[in-house]
Amino acid sequence: MRPGAPLSVLYVVEQGLNGLQFGLMLFLLAAGLTLVFGIMDLINLAHGSLYMVGAYLAATLTQATGSFVLAVPLAIVATAAIGMVLETMLLRPLYKRDHMSQVLATFGVILIANEVTRAIWGVQPLSLNVPAAVSGSVELLPGLPYSAFRLFIIGVGLAVAAMLYVVVAHTRVGMLVRAGASNRAMATAMGTDIRRLFTLVFGCGAALCALAGALLGPLLAVQVGMGESILILAFVVVVIGGIGSIRGALVGALLVGTVDTFGRAFVPTALRAFLPPSFADAAGPPLAAISIYILMIAVLFWKPQGLFPARG
Amino acid sequence: MAWLRRAWPWIALALGVLLPPLAAALGQEFYISLASRIGVLALLATSLNLLVGLGGMVSLGHAAFYGTGAYAVAIAAVEWPGNGWLAGESALLAWPLAMVASALLALVVGAISMRTRGQYFIMITLAFAQMVYYVFVSLKRYGGDDGLSLPRRSHLPGLDLASDTTFYYVVLALLALALLLFTRVVASRFGRVLRAIKDNEARAESLGYPCTRYKLIAFVIAGAWAGLAGALMANQGSFVSPNLMHWEQSGTALVMVILGGIGDPWGGLAGAAVFMLIEEVLSAYTQRWPIGLGLVLLAVVFFAPRGIAGAFRKRE
Repeated sequence: MRPGAPLSVLYVVEQGLNGLQFGLMLFLLAAGLTLVFGIMDLINLAHGSLYMVGAYLAATLTQATGSFVLAVPLAIVATAAIGMVLETMLLRPLYKRDHMSQVLATFGVILIANEVTRAIWGVQPLSLNVPAAVSGSVELLPGLPYSAFRLFIIGVGLAVAAMLYVVVAHTRVGMLVRAGASNRAMATAMGTDIRRLFTLVFGCGAALCALAGALLGPLLAVQVGMGESILILAFVVVVIGGIGSIRGALVGALLVGTVDTFGRAFVPTALRAFLPPSFADAAGPPLAAISIYILMIAVLFWKPQGLFPARG
Repeated sequence: MAWLRRAWPWIALALGVLLPPLAAALGQEFYISLASRIGVLALLATSLNLLVGLGGMVSLGHAAFYGTGAYAVAIAAVEWPGNGWLAGESALLAWPLAMVASALLALVVGAISMRTRGQYFIMITLAFAQMVYYVFVSLKRYGGDDGLSLPRRSHLPGLDLASDTTFYYVVLALLALALLLFTRVVASRFGRVLRAIKDNEARAESLGYPCTRYKLIAFVIAGAWAGLAGALMANQGSFVSPNLMHWEQSGTALVMVILGGIGDPWGGLAGAAVFMLIEEVLSAYTQRWPIGLGLVLLAVVFFAPRGIAGAFRKRE
């Protein structure tokens, strides 16, 4: 908000939608991460790299085919395939290892992925344009124009969240996934092929990463390093929600998305209301930037296992 | 080979002492400042290894204490310049000040973080480090995002720290002290209790040890040493910036510890040296050096599961 602008209801609604949109994209990233973390007990730092690869593929394929709608499914399939290859060849031997080995190995994967991306696409950020059909804005309420593309993202995000809920809560595969997350050893003993299940879960997680990358690409820059900054946010979401819980990931993502967006939009103004301007201007931006970390610390202080612990 | 194992610390020390004259004889003085940087990062990694290896507390926020130490030196130098030993530019004042500042921060962060375990501990330390990072980004008086240049290095009576070689020897001495302390702590009662807590906290608690207090003390000690490493790094480059406490710095320190060997007294040094040397050597040949570094990390995970220092030890 511009300094001094009045706090209007429409502005709050607009920021609420922005927060919802950001939260849903975080959910796409956190859903895969929390399952990988929860079922196989694998700390996968390279999750952000899959998001980066997805965004690059979407940008390149959009240029090649001339169609965003055609390019995104292709990018999703390709990223899912890359994810499954990565899982089978490299990560599978790491499941039995301790967390620190996993951190070291997946950190190595990040270094390699970033450098290979730089070698293929160069150091300049790629541009991914908003598809023409949703490039305008929609008048949601009188006096509240809102970006059609952001609305489109919200729609896709809600649809995916609903689909994931149905799959996880009401299908056989979803039941196996939940069983694996709450007690892996027991699920294996009951005859579940956790290995194959996990390759599938990992592929789906990679696909969700690619979808998030393709949708966020037009809003944020498609560049090397984009994966690491959002990876931290995704981990924050996973920890707030409780490791291994899809429901927790959704609640956590919406909380983080809203708190972050509202923090940036309102904290500086709010501080100015009851603090000297010079101090408020200095304290506002950092306070807004750390709002989600304050949220996470508060959650962990009262619920050290996150909001929805998956393990019994 | 037992004699080699016993002689190894002395050989390493001798190599460290001989490095500057060797570099000078070869006309490669550049390596002296590289060695100083390796020494400082080894100090940082060793302090983190105390937490991770001994206490089982995996922190992804260790750079907060490192950066706080660096800023303590820089702010003291800018606010109270002068030549006296009580001035902000005096190493005798500023370096202990850096350790105290980092230790106090570690006390606060640690006291709250001790409520969580495992992965949750990783994330809560990260959160605190991010908060400290953004606080320093917002301190416009001390350069904010752009960082802050020091007019010169701190001064120590009788030593000329402006000389890269002298500075290197100071770093070497402090690193040697840290390694010695590490081995003493491992063997001490305190270290044994910490390892007992790491193995099984409920058991240690039921034996009557105040686990949280032990862990908190280790956290504060590691924070203070990280602060000293920060103070040295601020002097090494005569520059500080919030990047010193960025989470990628914490991540790099953690990678150095795992690479070198978790819990091994030499782990921090081995990890920092190998990490920095690979970067230095490979980047001389190819712009794509991160691929090489990534492959080395993968190779260590698969072929040397206990890290580089661990690979040289007999299996216990």
